[in-house]
Amino acid sequence: MAERIIIDARGSFCPGPLMELIARLKFGAVGEEFEVLSTDKGSASDIPEWVRKVGHELLGTREEAGVWHITLRKTK
Amino acid sequence: MAGSSRISIVVVSGALERLQMAAMMASVGAVSGNEVTVFLSMNALQYFRRGAAAPAPEGAFGKTLVEKKAPGFKQLFQQAAELGDAKIHPCSMAVDVLGVQPAELEPWLLEPLGLTRFLSDAQDGQVWSF
Repeated sequence: MAERIIIDARGSFCPGPLMELIARLKFGAVGEEFEVLSTDKGSASDIPEWVRKVGHELLGTREEAGVWHITLRKTK
Repeated sequence: MAGSSRISIVVVSGALERLQMAAMMASVGAVSGNEVTVFLSMNALQYFRRGAAAPAPEGAFGKTLVEKKAPGFKQLFQQAAELGDAKIHPCSMAVDVLGVQPAELEPWLLEPLGLTRFLSDAQDGQVWSF
């Protein structure tokens, strides 16, 4: 299993973190895991919503010291 | 994909806040599996000349957006086109009135589009205007 790919979008505002994730997902392989770091609370709820809509697998969302970590697996 | 649709966005304002909101809708809409078409006309088009600077913010919120370095509207429109296949067209009338050549516009803009075509593309979808 490859390392999880970290997308550090701290300091960026909606829809910056989502767009950064999508740009990286495009070049990722199916099955790869991604973790978005965001300080934007809106993105913390919007990214999981996007993941569900598009059909990737949401692995979890947690907050740690003001930073949201959204993890997912690319499924297609 | 469930719940995807056609989204048509008309942008006529040259206000930064409106350009920003239009770009947010276009980019998020396009990367969520919707077919997005953007039609740039009136005061909006001049800001899509290649390398044109963004307008000054109109209100306090816009100033904060700039200070906090939110992603710029042109970057978001470009991502809408490149990551979500959004079709971004200048209005053919605005191109003529402005006297601008298509080659002078941002390279991710498609060919000028007339209203007849835009209206028929917008049929049966969501239409947003800014």
